[in-house]
Amino acid sequence: MIEDTILTAEDFSNGVKGRWCAGCGDFGIHSSLKKAMAEIGIPPSKTVVISGIGCSSRMAYHLNGYCFHTIHGRPIAIASGCKIANPDINVWTICGDGDSMAIGGNHFIHALRRNVNINIVLLNNRIYGLTKGQYSPTSERGFVSKSSPYGTVEDPFRPSELIIGASGEFFARCVATDGPGSVAALTAASKHKGTAVVEVLTNCVTFNNGSFERIYSKEAREENALYLEHGKPMLFGKNKEFGIVQHGFDLKVVKVGEGGYTLKDVLVHDAHCTDRTLHTKLSSLEGPDFPLVLGVIRDVAIPTYEEEVENQIKEISEKKNYHNFDELMKTQTTWTIE
Amino acid sequence: MEDITVKQLKNVVVLFSGDSGDGMQLAGNIFSAVCAILGDDICTYPDYPAEIRAPQGTLGGVSGFKIHAGRDVMTPGDHCNVLVAMNPAALKRMKKCLAPNSVIVIDVDTFNAAELQKAEFTTDDPFEELGIKNEVIAAPLSTMCLNSLAKMTDMPNKNKLKCRNIMALGLVCWMFERPLEHAVKMIKEKFASKPDIAEANIRVLQDGYNYGHNVHASIAVRYKIEPKIPQKGTYTEINGNKALAFGLIAAAEKSHLELFLGSYPITPATDILHELAKHKSLGIKTVQCEDEISGCCMAIGASYAGDLAVTSTSGPGICLKSEAMNLAIMAELPLVIIDVQRGGPSTGLPTKTEQTDLLQALFGRNGESPMPVVSATTPANCFDTAYMACKIAIEHMTPVIVLSDAFVANGSSIWHIPSLQDYPDITPHDVSADMASKWAPYIRDPQTLTRYRAIPGTEDFCHVIGGLEKDDETGKISYDPQNHETMVEKRNQKVALIAKDLPLLTVKGTPDADTLIIGWGGTYGHLLEAVTLLTEKGEKIALAHFQWINPLPSNTEEILRSYKKIIVAELNSGQFAAYLRMKFQNLPYMYQINCVQGQPFEEDILTEQITQIIKEK
Repeated sequence: MIEDTILTAEDFSNGVKGRWCAGCGDFGIHSSLKKAMAEIGIPPSKTVVISGIGCSSRMAYHLNGYCFHTIHGRPIAIASGCKIANPDINVWTICGDGDSMAIGGNHFIHALRRNVNINIVLLNNRIYGLTKGQYSPTSERGFVSKSSPYGTVEDPFRPSELIIGASGEFFARCVATDGPGSVAALTAASKHKGTAVVEVLTNCVTFNNGSFERIYSKEAREENALYLEHGKPMLFGKNKEFGIVQHGFDLKVVKVGEGGYTLKDVLVHDAHCTDRTLHTKLSSLEGPDFPLVLGVIRDVAIPTYEEEVENQIKEISEKKNYHNFDELMKTQTTWTIE
Repeated sequence: MEDITVKQLKNVVVLFSGDSGDGMQLAGNIFSAVCAILGDDICTYPDYPAEIRAPQGTLGGVSGFKIHAGRDVMTPGDHCNVLVAMNPAALKRMKKCLAPNSVIVIDVDTFNAAELQKAEFTTDDPFEELGIKNEVIAAPLSTMCLNSLAKMTDMPNKNKLKCRNIMALGLVCWMFERPLEHAVKMIKEKFASKPDIAEANIRVLQDGYNYGHNVHASIAVRYKIEPKIPQKGTYTEINGNKALAFGLIAAAEKSHLELFLGSYPITPATDILHELAKHKSLGIKTVQCEDEISGCCMAIGASYAGDLAVTSTSGPGICLKSEAMNLAIMAELPLVIIDVQRGGPSTGLPTKTEQTDLLQALFGRNGESPMPVVSATTPANCFDTAYMACKIAIEHMTPVIVLSDAFVANGSSIWHIPSLQDYPDITPHDVSADMASKWAPYIRDPQTLTRYRAIPGTEDFCHVIGGLEKDDETGKISYDPQNHETMVEKRNQKVALIAKDLPLLTVKGTPDADTLIIGWGGTYGHLLEAVTLLTEKGEKIALAHFQWINPLPSNTEEILRSYKKIIVAELNSGQFAAYLRMKFQNLPYMYQINCVQGQPFEEDILTEQITQIIKEK
C-alpha cells in the first residue's frame, strides 16, 4: 500500500508537553525529531522509540508512536532485539551520555559492531542532570560537580572516537538549538541502513550551563562550526572564508586566497569513504584552533545484522529438509515400538 | 569353554571414567543410546570437571559418565555394577561409586609408575592402597588399540590411542550382551565427515567386544538386563537442555509466534543456545549477546516487537538480568527466563548441580515484583515445562522463570516424542480493532487481570509503556500513593490468578500414608525412588513433587495439612521449606532434608535420613 497521506510533525506529537527545565536543549531536539520523523514518512504506528533513563530519555513520553521508556543503559540492547525481531519497523533509541557512554557502554559498542539498523540519538550534555549534577563520562578533565568538588582526575570519552572505533558506519553531529541542522542529521541517520548515531550537543541550563557556548548560538556556529556536506569543500566562517586543508600528517585551517591557498586546496568531504582515518580526525577537531564539525561525518553502507539474519534463515531453510516441529523430530535418532 | 555366571538384573549402572580428553562422554552416550534402543529405561549423568583440559592423568581432570539402564529407572544410580577406569586417577576418584560386587575394568597399560604418581598414589599397588577388593578386568586397552589398527599405517599412534574409549565400550557391550549394530550406526553418524576415524572406531569396537568373548574365562560375571514391556510410540533419548529447546520450538509453533533467544554463554545452560542456533530452518533467531544483561534486554525488545522471546542462563546470569527482568514485570511483557542452576554463590561450582537459586528466582529483584516460577523435574519433562512456561507467559503477559539444574540439563532420559495436537493451544492476549477508541496500555481482562498486547505496526494503538509506575486506568506516569498500592496489588493478584490455569498437586504413594515427602524440580527421580523403596519396606509414605513454585497449586495447603509429618527434601539449605512456612502458618510437623554438595541426592543416605525422621516421635 502506498502511503498517500503526507505526515506532519504534529502526527508525532502525543499532546503531552515536555517537562524539561526552561531553556533545556531537549525541547529543541524534541521538536526537530518530530519534524524529521514527518520528513522520513514512516507512520507513527511503525515508528518505535526506545529510551533509557535520564532527562533525555523522557522524550518517549512526548511522542506519538510505539514508545518504550526502559531502564538505565539498556535501550540500545532492547532496540536491537526489537529491530531484529521485526525489521519492518523504524527503531529509534534516545539516550544520554550516561546511558550510552557509562552504564550502557557495552551495548553501545556492540550494537555498532553488529550494525543493527537502529537510529541512536545520543543527547550529550556532559552531565548527569536527573540525579542533579554529577560529572559524566563526557565531562572534561578537571570538571567540578557535586561528585567531583575538586575537579575530576579522569579524561572524557569523545563519543565519535568510540563510535568510529567500534566500526560505526554512520556518525552525525548536531546542536540541539539548530533546528535545520538537527532535522537533516536525524533524517540522514534514519535513511542510513545500519546503526546510526547522531550526537546531539544539548545544554543543561541547570547543572552545566554554557558547556557548548562556542557553537550553541547561531552566531557562534557561523564562526566556530564547520558543516560537512558530502562532496562539498570544507569551508566555514561567516563568509565561508576559511577552509580545511591537509598539512603533512595533520589538518590545518587556512584562509582561502591567503598564504597561497586556493579553493582547490580545500578538502572535499567524502562521507562514504570506507577508510575511517579522516572521519575520526574530523570528528575530533575542537577549539580554539579548529572549528567543531557538524553534519554527517561518516555514512558508509554495509549489510545490516538483521538482513544477514534473514538471509541466513532463508538460505538454511532452502538447504534443510525440516521446517516445523514434526519434521524436526524426524531428524532425531529415534526408535518406534509398534 | 567354561561357563560364566550371567546375572539377570532389573537394572544396571555403568560408569565410564577417565581423563577429560579420553572421550568418556561419547562412550557413555553411545552405550545409553544402545540400551534405550533395546527398550531399557535410561537415566544418565555426566560428571565433568570445570576445566576443559586439566593436566592429563591428574585427579582434577577426571571426567565420568554414568548410565543407569533397565526397568523403573528414575535416577542415574549411586553405586555402579561396572566401573570403567581408563587411568589410575579415575580409579581413585570413582572409588566412592563402588559396591562390594562391582566389577572394575581398567586399561592396565596406564597403570604404570608415571600415571600412578600423577594420581598421587604412593605405592605401586593402587588397589591395595585404596583397599579395593573387587574383581578387576585388567585389559591392555592401549596395546589392543595399536594392534587392532596396525594396518592403518597412515594413522599416527597418537590417534589410534584416542580410540581407547570405544575399545572399552566394545568390551562393556559384550559384558551386557548388547549387540553392536546400533553403536556402529552411531559411530558412523558421529564421524560422517572423517571416514578413517569412523573405520578405526568401528574396528576397535568389534575388537573390544571380541576380547570379552575370547578371554571370558577370566571374566567371572556377565549381565543380562530384564527386558521391560514396551509401550507403543516413537522414542528418542534426550537431555534436559535439548528438551527445553524443543519445548520452546513447540510453543512458538502452537502460538504462531517467531522464536527469539537472547543469550550469553554460561555453563551449564549454553547448550540451549547451541540447540536453537542450529534450527534456522524453523525461522528461529538467536543472538549471542555481549553480556547477560543484553541477552535479557534483547529478548524484551523482541517480545515488545511480538516474538516469543526467551533468555537462557545460569544463576550468575540471573543476578545480572534481574533489573531487566523487573522491567518485563513492570511493562507486563511475555518473557521466558531459563535458569539452569549450578553450585553457587559467585562462580561457585559451575559444572555441578544445586537447587540454590529458588529464593533468588522468587524474590531476587527490587520492589515487590511477583514472577511465576516453574521447575523441571526430569530431562524429558523439560519439554512440557518449557511449553507451559511459554503458554503462561504469552497468555498472561508476564515474564516466567524456568528453573532447571545441571543434573536435569546434562542428564538424559527416554522421551516419548509427542504429537503437538495433544498440547493445548497458546493464544496471545492481543488487542482487537474494536478496542482502539477506549484502549489504554494497562486496561486488563477482569478475570485474569492480564493487560492486552499491542505490537508495533498495529494501527491505532500507539502508546507509551515503561519502567515508571503507571496510572491504573490511563497508563500515564503516576506517583499517586494509592495508585501505586493498587498496581502492586494488581501485579500480585495477576500472578496469583495463574493458579487457576495450573494442574493440581498430585500425591504418589500409599493412600494411607502419614508421612509426606515434598520436593521440587530435578530431585523428582531420587525422591520417587526413595519413596518407592521405603513403601516396599512397609513405610507409610507418599511423595508430593512440585513443578509450579509460584503460584503454588491451589490444593497445596489442603495436602500439607493432611499428613502427620512432612519432609521437605531439597539440594539447598531449606529454601522451599522456608517459602512454604512463609505461605502457610503453623506447620510444626515439617522436617527438612538438605544437601548442598553440588551433587544429586545419594539414595542410601536419603532413605536413611527419611527413615530416621519417620522414627522420631
